[in-house]
Amino acid sequence: MGKRTIVPFGPQHPALPEPVHLDLELDGETVVRAVPSIGYVHRGLEKLVETRDYQQMTYIMERVCGICSMGHGYGYVNAVEGLMGVEVPDRAKVLRVVFHELSRVHSHLLWLGLLADGMGFDSLFMQCWRIREKVLDVFETVTGGRVIVSYCRIGGVACDLTPEHISMILKVCDEVEKEMDWVRRVFFLDSSVRNRLIGVGQISKDEMVELCGVGPTARGSGVDNDARSADEAYQALGFEPILYDEGDCYARCKVRVDEVSQSIELIRKALGDLPEGEWRVPVKGNPPAGQFAFRVEQPRGEAYYYVKGNGTKFLDRARVRTPTNINIPTMTRMLQGCGMQDVSMIIITIDPCISCTER
Amino acid sequence: MSCTSKSPWILHYDASSCNGCDIEVLACLTPIYDAERFGVINTGDPKQADIFLITGAVNDQNKEVVRQLYDQMPEPKVVVAVGICACSGGIFRDCYNILGGADKVIPVDVYVPGCAARPESIIDGIVKGVAVLEEKRAKMEGEKRCSRSRGSRS
Ligand code: SF4
Repeated sequence: MGKRTIVPFGPQHPALPEPVHLDLELDGETVVRAVPSIGYVHRGLEKLVETRDYQQMTYIMERVCGICSMGHGYGYVNAVEGLMGVEVPDRAKVLRVVFHELSRVHSHLLWLGLLADGMGFDSLFMQCWRIREKVLDVFETVTGGRVIVSYCRIGGVACDLTPEHISMILKVCDEVEKEMDWVRRVFFLDSSVRNRLIGVGQISKDEMVELCGVGPTARGSGVDNDARSADEAYQALGFEPILYDEGDCYARCKVRVDEVSQSIELIRKALGDLPEGEWRVPVKGNPPAGQFAFRVEQPRGEAYYYVKGNGTKFLDRARVRTPTNINIPTMTRMLQGCGMQDVSMIIITIDPCISCTER
Repeated sequence: MSCTSKSPWILHYDASSCNGCDIEVLACLTPIYDAERFGVINTGDPKQADIFLITGAVNDQNKEVVRQLYDQMPEPKVVVAVGICACSGGIFRDCYNILGGADKVIPVDVYVPGCAARPESIIDGIVKGVAVLEEKRAKMEGEKRCSRSRGSRS
């Protein structure tokens, strides 16, 4: 065995989208072990629950992460509503699903762009981000924000969709779907993409189950753990998870490409039979003593929200368990035995969101 | 105008932002906003950068990283704080792990408020940053000339 070298990687690195630090133990060109260290983005926002009331906490929770901000709002308000026993109108439930899926489309397109950027395919990166802007236009028109949309409120949603909004969303869906056709062709068939991804960072189904991987990362290894299957709002739309079995970077990429098209289908179905009526109910009083937990399938995987009330307007605890946090062990396993040149590719394919991880 | 201000290179570091401002900085570089038409290029290397875009507030763990990146950049350099977090700590101001805005650790020249800051305002911040860069460069050259002429007299 040759001499081992330790190469520090990050937190600031040209190939890294996020500030995470890894110590890579190398034997020649091969990674023997990767030791992650985090804490560069830690803010400690869960503790703010002591000084912000449960309504204000919605805004703080949305800033756990700016990319899946909509999903964090969705999880938190559902958890608080469960604790307080609020009956949310059907229309609001469907509107939340529509926005949650739109945010998944934007997040996956963003990720596809970052992946293309990671392998030096700059024009593809630009094209993915161009398509993504269409979704952000919808957010801006309806809610006024581009990335932090603040759409979910306790008891419903921030505003209703007008018929013009609905036709705009459907038009954007058509456009994105058309563009996705060739994006899919490039990601599935282009030789430079295939050479870079196939067989890289392989992880088997059993290992994935053992390490509790979540989200598209796990679905790329054939593990069916999509939290949307258990959500009533999604069951009504006939949701089926997308699975691939290969377990390499290519499979994880394919899951995400397919999920974009799937989300578009879900949005169409949801808007097709949008229930009429109320979209927000007034919520009065304080959360009672007790606790409640709620699972959400974020673009990056399953997130878990826990709230504990004590009868005052301040919650005792608001806890988030985020997908990247869970996927870091799977990432270090994938890195074992890979070449130094593949490290950034593997890190990108778990779609790391360090800001979620550290909160 | 020097070449630097016609094509400023940017170093972007995410201190402890929520990624909201982070992705808006990247959105500036993509086709819709296209900051490249001002010659702006995103580089990962502090040694080649002229403008330091920092998003998010600083905390105990990353303050050294921010300082090091700043020190590695060659003179003249400009720091643009993007987002209210980087300006003052913003919504996370009261968190136990947050020291405050980026100016707690390094000197900031341009502040871009907003949560998240919009691409238009980020580009505006960069353009303002270029003006500051030009000023700093002119001042540096003036000083160099002064010291040179002093040197020749003695
Ligand atoms: S200013 Fe707002 S959007 Fe930007 S990093 Fe801070 S919390 Fe996120």
